[in-house]
Parts: sequence; structure tokens; C-alpha cells
Amino acid sequence: MLEARHISVNRGGTLVVRDLSLAARPGEMLGLIGPNGAGKTSVLRALAGLDPIAAGTITYGGRTADEIGRRVLGRTLAYLPQNGRIHWPLPVEEVVALGRLPHGAASVDDAVERAMDAVELAPLRRRSAGTLSGGERARLLLARALAVEAPALLADEPVAALDPYHQLQVMELLRATARAGTAVVAVLHDLTLAARFCDRIALMKDGRLIAEGPPAAVLTADRVGEAYGVTVERGEIGGEPFILPWRRHDRAPDRKEPEA
Amino acid sequence: MTASPLSHKALIATLCVGVAVLLIASVAVGYAPLDLGAAIADLAAGRQTLPALVLAELRLPRAILGAAVGFSLGITGAALQGLMRNPLADPGVVGVSGAAALGAVVAFYFGFSSAFALALPLGGLIGAGLSTAFLLTLAGRGAGTATLILAGVALSSLSGALTALALNLAPSPYAALEVVFWLMGSLSDRSLAHVALALPFMAVGWALVLTTGRALDALTLGEDAAASLGFPLRRVRLLVIGGTAMAVGASVAVAGAIGFVGLVVPHLMRPFVGHRPGRLLLASGLAGAALTLGADIAVRLIPTRPELKLGVVTALIGAPFFLALLRHLKVDGE
Repeated sequence: MLEARHISVNRGGTLVVRDLSLAARPGEMLGLIGPNGAGKTSVLRALAGLDPIAAGTITYGGRTADEIGRRVLGRTLAYLPQNGRIHWPLPVEEVVALGRLPHGAASVDDAVERAMDAVELAPLRRRSAGTLSGGERARLLLARALAVEAPALLADEPVAALDPYHQLQVMELLRATARAGTAVVAVLHDLTLAARFCDRIALMKDGRLIAEGPPAAVLTADRVGEAYGVTVERGEIGGEPFILPWRRHDRAPDRKEPEA
Repeated sequence: MTASPLSHKALIATLCVGVAVLLIASVAVGYAPLDLGAAIADLAAGRQTLPALVLAELRLPRAILGAAVGFSLGITGAALQGLMRNPLADPGVVGVSGAAALGAVVAFYFGFSSAFALALPLGGLIGAGLSTAFLLTLAGRGAGTATLILAGVALSSLSGALTALALNLAPSPYAALEVVFWLMGSLSDRSLAHVALALPFMAVGWALVLTTGRALDALTLGEDAAASLGFPLRRVRLLVIGGTAMAVGASVAVAGAIGFVGLVVPHLMRPFVGHRPGRLLLASGLAGAALTLGADIAVRLIPTRPELKLGVVTALIGAPFFLALLRHLKVDGE
């Protein structure tokens, strides 16, 4: 289990995350949502061990990053950055195989095959990554993260660059990954996708967690209105919820000045 | 351009054979006729004959330095392009080449080089060492890649300005001309003492850079993804910058500035290694050695007096070649 207790993150002298506690459990998909600037990416980066925390503790199966060591941490969690890039035009399968680096060599093994099959990129395995469309590239980067086969997967806006078909595909895939025993944390902006696919939602605003729980309990009109400054239309199709942001409030939601 | 089906081992073996052939050719080619067989026999037997002396004092050091300097430029060019994820990075970008050149020019300017022969390369090594210490201090304090590049650019500019100042204040036009010629890069008249001075630094530099292959592969995905895969980026920067500074600083100290090898060779080799930055290191080093040896053989075969400078030939070959490569890069949409 990936657990943050009372963490604060300081960026450039500003507290961008304040006293936040969160747990990602194996087999569960946690959606991290909130307006721009709420601190979602900062939380994810701290969970991934990329940025130091100013206060609190983060543990991975009960141990801190220092206790685990950088190398083992690379196998313990997979991190999919926002707007990830592939800087050299490697063949698709070799990009996916980079996910095996924490396990030794970056060779095309069974885990790489599983990851490519999951995102339906196996037919393009020899294609240069430089020739892929934006959506294909996003799926390739997800496959690279899946290939780590880590107990925890942290994905920062994994569907941001995708068309509706592939948004649904990626969300189904993330949920299936969670069902297979991985603790999945995904930063999301689409409230319907968050409501439909996440087991729990953590709603952030101004660096704080303002609500956490099952989607139906967190994504209420009041809370969404408070966080985002919009009214929402809600409903159900086939027993599954949808939430549409419908109208902006007359004025933007109060945003606290960050504390130094 | 896409990856060639050539396996990596086959590629490395082919390059090794190519370098070996060019090494032999470099030893065989020269202005004075030399019976190579007799020279080797005399040298092996310890006879101080003229052919043995020509071989030991002129041909061998020149060939070894050609291979070592080329290897240094090729491998560090590949490492820097991988670290910075920028196809235009080359060993000059970290500023060590300029600082090494300045060190040599200072040795020349103050007359140390006329006092003893190795003052010039020693001056170069001191210049490279000081600039390396500066860069490593920055990297050790956690400076990012962009900061290191900017620091390198500043170092290059400062070294260039001070070199220009030395030329400006040169006591005679002949002294200035000699400095300019030295700066053009050459391997002629180097001795085994030059090899002994530079090779240990180069070898340590290569070793440091070669340890970063897997991290450079991971950096294909950017710094955050590479760090999440367990690679300590600060250490990787230290290894690449430190290794580059040692290898290239020593190269410039003994051979002057030899341009374009570090920039062009990684581009040449990238399609043959499936664009993997880690695999590119050794391949680029060997191809750099081959290119530099080939250019240095050409220098001796082209009948001009004075002899063409090696740096001039590599730039004359490299620049048009690089332009052609850029066309390919555009087509590939890189």
C-alpha cells in the first residue's frame, strides 16, 4: 500500500500541498481530481519520490523511499508523467522495454508483450515512435509504465491527449490494472470518467484535500461547485453515473493565496 | 531513418575491425618512406635504427592519438546528446574544449612551450581541469541540465574572449599565427609522451561515460520518467560531464580543437543502433576513432604545403555531411 501521511510540498518557497493524507490500496483505483493549480501533480510527484516533501511521511508497503532505495523504488511504482515525450525515435517495442530497466536490462520480454497487447500496440511494434500519432504515443507511454509491472501505478492525466475511444480504452485498462492487484492513482479532469471508473475519489483545492471517498459521496453538486466554481448536471445511464460541468458560477471560486 | 537489422555485436565488431585497419594504415602512411616490417622488427628487438625511431616517435603516437582523440569526441558527443536529449549537443557545448584551448594558448603566450615541449598539453589539461571542477561543482549542487549547458556556453565565451585577447596582444604576428595553427587541431609531431600524458585521462573519461548507458536509455523518456525508473540523475550528470571534461580536455590539450566529429558521428551511428542512446556510446566512440584516423590519413595524403590541419579537414567533411543529415532529420520529423 502507498500511503501519504500529513504531507506538505514546498515549491519555490510556496506550500503547494498542505497537510494531506492519502492512501492508495492494492486492487483499487484512486482518482485525484481538482481544479488547475490545486496541487494534484505535486502530490503525484511526491508519491513517486520525484520531489521532496517538506513535512509528513510517504511509505510504500510500510517503508519509506530511503529505506527501500532508489533502485527498488523504480520497481515498486511506475510513474506516467503528464505530457510525456519520447526524445529519440526508438522502435515502439524498445520504448515499452524501457519499463523493464528497473528489473535489469531493457529487453523485450513477456511483460513488454503484455503491455503492448493491453494498449493494442503490438501490431506497431517495429514502427518508429517518431511516426506515431498523438494518441498512439500516449498509449505507448502508458504501455511503458505498465511494463514496469509495479505494485503501484501513478498516472498524471493519462487521457488528456486521447480521443473518446481511447479515453475509454485507457480508463478500462487502468481499472483492469487495478483489479489485477495494482494500486492505481490517476490525476483526472473529466468528472464522468472519474465517477465511472474510480473506486475512490480524492478532491483537492488550494493544496488541501477537501473530500475523499466513493465517487457518489465526493462528486456532489456542492463539493464540485465549491472546488471548480461550476454547476453540474448529473444523471445515470445504465446504472452508471455521468457528471457534466454545465455553467460557471457568477464568480470564480475563492482561491486562497498560497502560503509562504 | 530506421534501425538497421545489423545486430549490435556485429556492428561493434565491424567498427573494431575498421578502426584496426585504419590504425595500421595510419602507421603505414607518412611523408618519409618506411619499411614497416623492418621497423617493427627493429623496434621489437630494441634496435635504435631510423625506421624504429620513426615508428616509435612519429607514426605510433600519431595513430594512437588519432584513435583516442576520435574515440573521445565520438563517445562524449553521443553521451552529451543523450543527456541533454538534444541532437545538436557536442563536446564543445560544456565549454571544456574552449578552456583547454585557452590553457594551451596561455602556456604558449607566456613562453612555457618553448621552455619544455609538454607545456602546451599540460596547459591544456590545466585549463580543462579548472573548467571541469567548475562544472562539477555546479552539477554537485544540483544544477539542472539547462543550467550546465548555459554555464558551458559562458565558459566557452569567456575562454574564446581570453584566447582572442592573447592573440590580440601577441608579441609578434608569427606567435599569433602559431597559436592560430595550433588551435586548428593537428596530430603531427606528437610523441609517446603526449600519449602518456593524455591517454590516462581519456581512459578514465571513457569509463565514466560508459557507465551511464542505461540511464541515457531511460532519459529517452525525459528526466521525470528516468528518475522514476530508479536512475539518480544528479550522479548521471556528474558522470557524463566529468567524463566528457576529462576525455575532451585531454584531447584538446594534445591535439587542439577538432570540430564536428563529436556532433556528426552520433547522428551517423544512431540508425544502426535503433536510436538507443546507451548502445550509441561505444558505436560512436569507435566510429569517431575511425573518422579521425581516416581524416588524419587524408591530411597526409593530400599534397599541400603546409600540411592541412586535421581540424580543418574534419570540419570540411563534417559540415556538408551534417547539412545532409539535417535534411533526413527533417523528413523523419524529429
